[in-house]
Amino acid sequence: MNPDYLEFEQPIADLEVKINELRLVGADNKLNISEEVVKLQDKSHKLTEKIFSSLSPWQVSLLARHPLRPYTEDYIEYIFTEFDELHGDRLFADDQALIGGVAYLDKYPVMLIGHQKGRSTSEKVKRNFGMPKPEGYRKARRLMLLAERYKMPVLTFIDTPGAYPGIDSEARGINEAISENLAIMSRLRTPIIATVTGEGNSGGAIAIGVCDHLNMLQYSTYFVISPEGCATILWKSADHKADAAKAMGVTSERLEELGIVDTTIEEPLGGAHRDVRQMSVRIREKLLEQIQQFSNMDTDALLQRRYKRLMSHGSSQ
Amino acid sequence: MSWIDKILPSVGRSADSGKTRSIPEGLWKKCPRCEAVLYRDNLLENLDICPKCDHHLRISARRRLEIFLDNENQEELGTDIIPSDILKFRDLKKYKDRLVTASKATGENDALVVKKGNLNGRPIVVAAFEFGFIGGSMGSVVGEKFTLAVNKCLAEELPLICFATSGGARMQEALVSLMQMAKTAAALEKMKQKGLLYISVLVDPVYGGVSASLAMLGDINIAEPNAFIGFAGQDVIRQTVREKLPEGFQRSEFLLEHGAIDMIIHRKHLRTRISALVNKLMHRFADRPTQQELV
Repeated sequence: MNPDYLEFEQPIADLEVKINELRLVGADNKLNISEEVVKLQDKSHKLTEKIFSSLSPWQVSLLARHPLRPYTEDYIEYIFTEFDELHGDRLFADDQALIGGVAYLDKYPVMLIGHQKGRSTSEKVKRNFGMPKPEGYRKARRLMLLAERYKMPVLTFIDTPGAYPGIDSEARGINEAISENLAIMSRLRTPIIATVTGEGNSGGAIAIGVCDHLNMLQYSTYFVISPEGCATILWKSADHKADAAKAMGVTSERLEELGIVDTTIEEPLGGAHRDVRQMSVRIREKLLEQIQQFSNMDTDALLQRRYKRLMSHGSSQ
Repeated sequence: MSWIDKILPSVGRSADSGKTRSIPEGLWKKCPRCEAVLYRDNLLENLDICPKCDHHLRISARRRLEIFLDNENQEELGTDIIPSDILKFRDLKKYKDRLVTASKATGENDALVVKKGNLNGRPIVVAAFEFGFIGGSMGSVVGEKFTLAVNKCLAEELPLICFATSGGARMQEALVSLMQMAKTAAALEKMKQKGLLYISVLVDPVYGGVSASLAMLGDINIAEPNAFIGFAGQDVIRQTVREKLPEGFQRSEFLLEHGAIDMIIHRKHLRTRISALVNKLMHRFADRPTQQELV
C-alpha cells in the first residue's frame, strides 16, 4: 500500500504506478507507448472523478487530514508575498503549532494567523501535531490586536485536531486563552476572514475562527469535536468514528444554509494535495474578492454585521 | 410512620400525602466523596453539602436559584425558547428522544434556567445550568437563553451572575453548538463595554466549550470548593500525555493556584459574598453627585 494514498485512493495509486512504469520502459527502449500512457492517464482521471463524486463524510474527514494535505506555510508561500513571521506571546513561549505574521496579498498588507502541522516526524513533534497550547492562542491574540492598531485585515487558516489536551495546557489556562480570543474577535475593529483548510475541530479551531466571512475548502471539515471523540462519548467506542462523522458531518451546502459557512472553495480533482498551486490560485482569488468587499465597509457597520451574524447562530427568531 | 416507611424509597408517597417536594430519590443519599449515608432532609437543610466531609453535591438549576435569590419578585425569562432537532442527529439514540428523556428527568426545557430577581434587595439577572439535562451541554437554546439574559442586563443595566456546570458543547447540534461559544462570548463583550458586572461561578463540573467561553469570561471568576474545572477531560489528557495526572489536577484549588479564578467560596457563603461584591463593584464612584448638583 502506498502511504501517500488513502485506502479509497489505492486504485488511483495503482494506476499511477503503472503509468510511471510505462514511462520508464518507454524511455529505455525508445518504444512508442505514449498512446498507452495517455489512455491510462485518461483512465486514472475518470477513476478519480468517480471515486471523488461519492465520498462519505468519513472519507472527507480522512482527506482533510491527508498526509500530503497542504498546510498553512504552503499556502503562505503560494498565495502571499513578503511574509514576515512574528513570534511569541510575550508571556511564556513561541508556540510552533500556531504561526502568524504580516505579508502582502496583492497590494494589501494583511495579518496571517494559522495552525501549522508538520510533515516529517521531527516536524510533527515541533508543531505538536497542530495542537496549540495557551501560548499559541495568546500569540494569535497579540497579532490580532496588532492588526487592529495598524488597520490590517486578519486572515486565519484553520487546520487543527484541537487545542492541546495536556497538563501544562490546563495549568496555563487554555480556557482563558480560547474564551478571551472569542471575546476579542467579536469586536476587533478590522475585517476577519477565516478559511478552514483541513480539519477544524472544536474550541481549538473557533479560537481563531470568529469572522466576517468563513470559507471552507471542499474537502475540509469543521466539527464541534473530532469524529473519534464524538464516537467515544456517544457510541462508547471510537470504532464508530465513521458514524459520528456522518451524524455531525453536515455538508458545506447545509452549513451555508445555516449561515455558518459563506463560501465553499472547490478543490482540484483528487483534492488540494494533488495540485497545491491550483488550490492556492483559487483561495487567493476568493480572499482578494472578500478583502475588497470589506475594505469599502465602514468599521462600525462591519462590527454590527459581525455581531448580528454571531447572534443569528442557533437563534430561534 | 413506621420505620420501614422511613427507609423505603418514597414511591407514590408524595402523591398520598399530597406534598409535592422535589425529591425524586429515596430518603437518603450517599456522599460521592466520603460515602457517608446522609438523610435527604438534613442534606437539604445543609444546602446539599455533606455534613461529614463538606463535599458540595451537585444540585439542580432550580434549587440553585432557590437558594441564591431572594424569595420575592422572581421572573423567569426565555421559557418560550425550546430545543429543536434541526440536524436530525442520531447516535445510539435519537437526539429528539434524548431531549424528551432529559426533559422528563429534570422538568426543564433545556440546560439553562434564567431568572430576573433580587439579591438582598438588589435587582440582578441569574443564569443557572442544569447538569441533569444532557450533561448541562450548550446547544442553541442555552446560547440563545444566555444571550437573552445578557440583553436583559444591557436593557436594564443589571449585573449578571452565571452558575456554570456543564460537560461542554452539545455534540448533537454539531457546529451550531460550537458557534454558541462565540455567540455568548460576543454578548458578554457588550456588557464589558457598557461597564456592567458579570460574575461567573464555576460549579462541579465545568468542561469543554462552556469552560472555554462564558464560564471563564467573568469580571470575577468564582468556584465552589473542590469542583472539577478544565478544558479537556481527564481521560483524554491521560491518553495524550501517558503519565499520571498530578494530585488535585483541575480542581478549584488548582485553578486558584494557577491564577485562573479569583476566589473559592463555600456554598453557604455564596449569597452574602457575591452580594457584597456586587455592591462594591456597582457602587459607581463616578455616579456620585457632580459639583453642580452639590451646589
